[in-house]
Amino acid sequence: MKLSEFCLRIQKFFGSFFQKRTFFLLVFLSAPPAFAISDPREMLPNPQQEARAEAIGSQLRCLVCQNESIEESDADLARDLRAKVREQVKAGRSDAEVVAWMVARYGSFVRLRPPLTAATFLLYATPVLALLVGGFAAWVGRSRQAAHVPAPLTEAERARLAELS
Amino acid sequence: MSGAGIARRRLLMLAPLGVAAAGGAAFWTMLTRMQEGRFDPHDIGNPMLGKHIPDFDLPGVAPAQGFSANQLIAAARQQPVFLNFFASWCIPCASEAESLAELGKRGVQIWGIAYKDQPAKTNGFLDQYGNPYAKIAADTTGNTFINFGLYGVPENFLIDAGGRIVWHIAGPLSDQAIDQQVMPTIAKFKS
Repeated sequence: MKLSEFCLRIQKFFGSFFQKRTFFLLVFLSAPPAFAISDPREMLPNPQQEARAEAIGSQLRCLVCQNESIEESDADLARDLRAKVREQVKAGRSDAEVVAWMVARYGSFVRLRPPLTAATFLLYATPVLALLVGGFAAWVGRSRQAAHVPAPLTEAERARLAELS
Repeated sequence: MSGAGIARRRLLMLAPLGVAAAGGAAFWTMLTRMQEGRFDPHDIGNPMLGKHIPDFDLPGVAPAQGFSANQLIAAARQQPVFLNFFASWCIPCASEAESLAELGKRGVQIWGIAYKDQPAKTNGFLDQYGNPYAKIAADTTGNTFINFGLYGVPENFLIDAGGRIVWHIAGPLSDQAIDQQVMPTIAKFKS
C-alpha cells in the first residue's frame, strides 16, 4: 500500500468517525424531554391543550414508581392517569381542578410539589432555618473570639520578655 | 488548657458518635416495624378512608354477578362488607387467598372487583386458589380502581351501612390483620 493511499484511508476513517459523532451528538442534544407517551394516540389533537395536559401531568406523581411523574412513567396506571388528565383538560377544567381531582383520590402525595401545610412546613422552612442557625453559630463564635482578646502584657511580663529576647 | 476546655473538646468529639447512634436507633426502629408489618415506606395512605365510596356500576364476571355501589351499601346494612380488589395476574392476590377463605369462614361478606382482567383468566384464578366472593364485578377500564384511589392490587376495604370506608389496607390480607384489624372493625360497625 502506498503511503498516500494509507493517508487517504486514515482520513476517511476519521471523517466517518467525526460524522458519526456529530450525528450522535445532535441526536442527544435534540432529544426532547423524556416523556413516556409512547403512543401518539394518547395526545390531544389540540396542541395547546396537549401542552397544558403535559404541564399538569409532569407535576403529578406516578403512584407506582413514586419518583417519576405520570408523564414520564411507563406504568399502566400512569397511562390511565394521563388519559384522565387529558379527558378533563379537553372538557375545559382548569389546572387547579384537575390537580384537585387527583388529590381527592391519592392525597397530596400525588403532587410532586406538595402544598405548604403543617406537615410540609419543615420541608420548606429547613433552608431558612439552616441559614438562621448557621448565622447564629457564626455570630456566637465571633463574639466569643472577640471576648478572648488576650489582655496586654503587664510591666513585669514585658521586662521578662525583653530579658529573654 | 483548662479542665472545662478539655471537657468541652471531649463532648465535641463524642457528638458525631451520638448522631450516628441516634441514626442507627432510628433505622433499627424502622426496620423492625417493617418486619412486623407496622410500617410500610411505600404506603401513601388512602385519603378515601372515612369517606363515602365513589359511585360505580360494574358488570359481573360470569357466572358471578356484578354489583353497583348502592348494592354494596345495601348489603352492608347488618355488618360491613369486605371489598377486595384483585387480578389473576397479581401474585400477592394469590398469597392472600387463604386469608380471604378464612375471613369467609368467619361469616364476613366478601365482594370482589377484578381489576383489568379477562373473565376466563379470573375464573381460572378462582378455580386454582378458591372463590371466597359473594359477588365479583369486572373493572375492565380501571375507572373504579382510580376513583377508589388505588395504585395496585390487592387492596382491601371495609364498607359500612352508610357507604363509608371504615378500614383499608393497601396490600394483601393476612391472618394477623383479620384478628387485629378486620374483626374488631366489623364488631365496631355492626348494627
